[in-house]
Order: sequence, then structure tokens, then C-alpha cells
Amino acid sequence: MLKFIVRRLIQLIPILIGLSILVFVWIRTLPGGPAEALLGERATPEAIERVRELYGLDRPIWQQYLTYVESVVRLDFGQSVVSRRPVVTEIGERFPATIELTIAAMIFAVGIGIPLGFLAAKRYQRPVDHLSVAGSLLGVAIPVFFLGMVLKYIFSVKLGWLPTTGRADATSTAPHPTGFYVLDALITNDRVAFMDAVRHLILPAIALGTIPLAIITRITRASVLDVVNEDYVRTAQAKGMEPTVVDRRHIFKNAMLPVVTIIGLQTGLLLSGAILTETVFAWGGMGQWMYQAINFRDYAVLQAGILFLAVVFVLVNLLVDITYARLDPRIRVR
Amino acid sequence: MSLTDAEAQELQVEREQVVGRWADARQRLLRSPSAVAGLILIAIFVLVAVFAPLLAPYEPGEQNLSIIRPGVYPGPSAEHLLGVDQLGRDILSRIIYGARTSLVIGVGSLLFGALVGLLIGATAGALGGRVDTVLMRFMDMMLAIPSLLLAIGIAAAIGRGLTAVMVAIGVVNVPIFARLLRSSMLSQRESDYVLAAHSLGVKRSRIVAGHIIPNSIAPVIVAATLALATAIIEAAGLAFLGLGSADPGVAEWGRMLAETQSFLQNAPHAAIFPGLAIVISCLGFYLLGEGLREALDPKFRR
Repeated sequence: MLKFIVRRLIQLIPILIGLSILVFVWIRTLPGGPAEALLGERATPEAIERVRELYGLDRPIWQQYLTYVESVVRLDFGQSVVSRRPVVTEIGERFPATIELTIAAMIFAVGIGIPLGFLAAKRYQRPVDHLSVAGSLLGVAIPVFFLGMVLKYIFSVKLGWLPTTGRADATSTAPHPTGFYVLDALITNDRVAFMDAVRHLILPAIALGTIPLAIITRITRASVLDVVNEDYVRTAQAKGMEPTVVDRRHIFKNAMLPVVTIIGLQTGLLLSGAILTETVFAWGGMGQWMYQAINFRDYAVLQAGILFLAVVFVLVNLLVDITYARLDPRIRVR
Repeated sequence: MSLTDAEAQELQVEREQVVGRWADARQRLLRSPSAVAGLILIAIFVLVAVFAPLLAPYEPGEQNLSIIRPGVYPGPSAEHLLGVDQLGRDILSRIIYGARTSLVIGVGSLLFGALVGLLIGATAGALGGRVDTVLMRFMDMMLAIPSLLLAIGIAAAIGRGLTAVMVAIGVVNVPIFARLLRSSMLSQRESDYVLAAHSLGVKRSRIVAGHIIPNSIAPVIVAATLALATAIIEAAGLAFLGLGSADPGVAEWGRMLAETQSFLQNAPHAAIFPGLAIVISCLGFYLLGEGLREALDPKFRR
């Protein structure tokens, strides 16, 4: 197992190097050149000169790359043009919000998707099955931002059940030691803040979680259908085992392997999908921050955001592979 | 020597099975309700896009200022079948012209992604060895970046405009097509009929062009259909984020949704109808993609 993890970590190195080269090249293709792009359009010539010197833009390209990698390793992504604050500080503030939203969306998707997919497979070719297939097709065809707007219109504007935007009530003074609002409320044992945070989470989580919900339902269904026909299931049934035990021990456990992979992949994708959802719900996370960066041409932020989310995506996938290897011994040998 | 009845019957059966691969696929496709539904939705989408100027009751940028007041943007009426937006523009006409934009972006990005991807995939698959390793590692790396991030990065770098959107979305497709064609080609290369052609002395280039590629193309067709669906959604997403066409006169479904965000309370119709247009056209390509997968992939024939 350890050998497997080490091997996967080594495989990570070329991907990370490649990513850094890609982002490095990307900064150099930005309109106006890197210095102006990182400083904004109204930068003074002196400021541009300072950045040129700082990033060594007059030196050979490979030296520039090394300087870049060095600054990235030191987590120095420069300053946001808009807020004039270090980009890394802002990531620290905003990343918990995105993680919180991603986890909530995943709980929604897994909590409904796996039981629904399981039920659909057990009731193969029956109404529940047809509904789940149609639903999961519809789920991937709806753009997140459209679903978000529809949910907002129905449940916030028309019915007034849930708040329209943000992470907490504007008048809330609850402290946020961790930045995860739900967790913060639990730590401080603040009932009102807890309910407030959860109510704000519901709509964005549903909007963001719908695509993974559709995919998880589908994969679970297909996987269970595969496993149901396996010999070991028939054997278990033939020897008179309780149907619920067969379901749990033989079908469910084996059918979950591909589902785990998909859950991991989708979690990574959700982090970037949050850009659209956070924009609709003014959720103060990485996504909304990058949306603003696009509109203000805040390339320092955009660069750091893209690199950071891509690295997280790669790491999440690594975690998935390791989990998968734990679940399925066959993977480790390969 | 004459054939016995049994032998003749056997021959007859054999002859019936020899239906061309494509004729067979077409039959299966037309028997699949989801594929037919998808084809109908796509036909409507394409016809609307092509004949937009004939179908649209108004110009996409035309404003009917007489009927709007701040906070009042009339919904569906006889004059404006789907209502008007916050600038008094006819939503139906904008959706119709928006279909045009979506189709152009979809086809453009597909062509870009598929051509570059297939070229890389075919090169890697045909040459193998070190070229294969380097190309495929690079493709893996591209897949390591979430597609929306990649598209945002590209669109931000090459500026705004429809071409930029096409390239941004197309690039996302490059590794998908490259890997697909390569893996498909590798499995074909090991097959007996390739070995047979090889031993008959057929030239390598002819084996690749005449045998391997045609036999590897089925999954590519499925992927292309699904890529059109994702292209429509991603183009809408980019437009929603303000990375769409630079020309405000161009009707784009994603931008229609973005612009109407702050008017949701007063003009829900201005968001719902363009949104439905995205869902319906996407659904068409997904349905056809599913049907094609079942018709072309022998694994699904049980």
C-alpha cells in the first residue's frame, strides 16, 4: 500500500511541473504582457519597471520560470489589483467557503444519488428506474447557473422560504474562527447562527450538486445492474441468504467501487463548478472571487485561482486513487 | 453439386447477417426512442439557427421602449410571444438568434477540438514509442485541469469574441478525442484482421487509413455528439461569466441569463425561456449521444 502511495506521489511531479509551465506560459500570453497584466491597466511606468525587475522579466526565459516557481512555492502570488491585498491571504479567507459549499453539494448528491441508483437497479425497467434515467439525463443538461436562478426565484423570491444570497444574514455578528460557517456555529454552540448558515447553504448546494447527483445515480444504477448478475450473488441467493444481507454484503459493497471514483472526480470538478454557482448566489468563495477577477482583469488573482484549484483537483484525484486501492486490492498490484 | 435444404438455409442466414456496419447502426438508431427524440430536438435547433432571420419576429437588438417602465418588463403577450427583457427586446427573437450563436460555437469548437485531438491521437496511436508517451502525458496534464478553468484561462488570454470562445471550448475537447482515438486504435492494432492485412503485405499507412481508423471511429462519433452538448453548456457558462462575444449586439443564451439576473423578480420570463432553450438543445445532443452509443457499441447489444 505504501509503495502504491509513493508511486502515485512520484507520478504527481510531472503533472505539477507541467501545470506550472502552463500557467507560466499563460501569464506571458496575457494582453499587455505579464507586468501590465499583473498590475492592471492603469499601472504607472515605474510600477511596471519594478515588477519587471522583481519577476526578472529582462532575464532569460528559463530563469524567469525558476523565479516564478520559487515564488509559487513560497505561496507568493502577488497582490490583487482590486483589493490591493496579497492574493494568498484572500485565498485563505475564501477557500473555506468554497469547500463548505462543495461538501454540502456532495452530501446532497451522494445522499440522494446512491440510494436512488440502487433502487432504480433493483426495480430495473419499472417506473422508478425510468424516472431515475430520465432525471439523470435532465440533470446534466441543466446549466448550474440556470438551475440556481430558478431555485432562487421559486424558493427565495416567490415563497420566501430561504435567503437569496450570501453565506449568513447581513445582521449576523457570529464569530468565524475557522471560516466554515456551519462548523463555526457548532464550535461556538450558536443555534441561531447554525440554522442561518444551513439555510444559506441549501439552495447553492442543490444547484451545484445536481450534476454529480445525476452522474452518481447513473453510475450506481449501472454498477449495481452489473453486480446483480455476478455468480457470487447468485450463489449467495441460492444458499438461502437473507435478501437484505445479500444486498448489503454482496451487491452494495462490490457495486460501490466505480461510484467512489466518480465521487472523487466530481468533487474536484465541483470546486471549479462553484465559479458559476457562487456568482449566482453571491457566495463569498473562490468562485465569486475569480468571477470578479475576470471582470476586473485581475490576472494576479485569476492566475493564482486557476493554479490553486487545479492543484487541489489533482490532489483530490490522488486521494481517490488511494481510497480506491484500499477498497480494491487488485489495483495495488498493477 | 446441389445444396441440401439445410445448407441452403444456412447460407441464407449467413447472408442476412452480412449487413453493412453503418446500415446496421442506422437501423438500431431509428429503433431507439431516445435517439429519435434527440434527432427531432436537434433538427428543430439546427433549423431555427439556420433560418433565424426568417423565423424571428423582431431584430435581436430591436427595443420596444414604449411598453417597458423601470421594474415593469411585460411577459408573454400576442405582440411578444415570450415577453421582453429589461431593455424591451423581444425574448423569442433573441432566443432564435441565440440558437445561431450556440450552433456556430458548438460546431466551431467541435471541429477545432476534434481535428487537433484526432490528429494527436492518430499520431500517437500510429507511431507509438516515445512520441506516444510524450503526447499522451501532455494530454493527461490537460485533463488534470478542470475544463471550465481551462476555458476561462484561454478566453481570458486570447481576448473576447466568438473565435476565442470556440478555441477555449475546443481545447478542452482536444485530450478527450486524442485519448479516445489512440486507445481505440491500439486495441484495433492487436486484432486479427490487422494482422491478416499485415501478413498480406498491405502497407502500414493503408492499414491505418483503411482499416484501423474506420474501425476506431464509433466511440469518436459518440464523443462528438456529447461534446456538442457540453459545448452549448460551456459556451453559456462563459457568456454568463462575461467571457462571451465582445459584441453586445450578438444574442447569446448565457448572456441573456446573466443580464437578467438583477431583474429576476420583475422579469422571470427573461431568464426562464433562454434557460429552457439551453436545456432543450443540450438534451437533444445527450439523447442522440446515448442512442448512438447503444447503436454503435457492440457491448450494449445484449
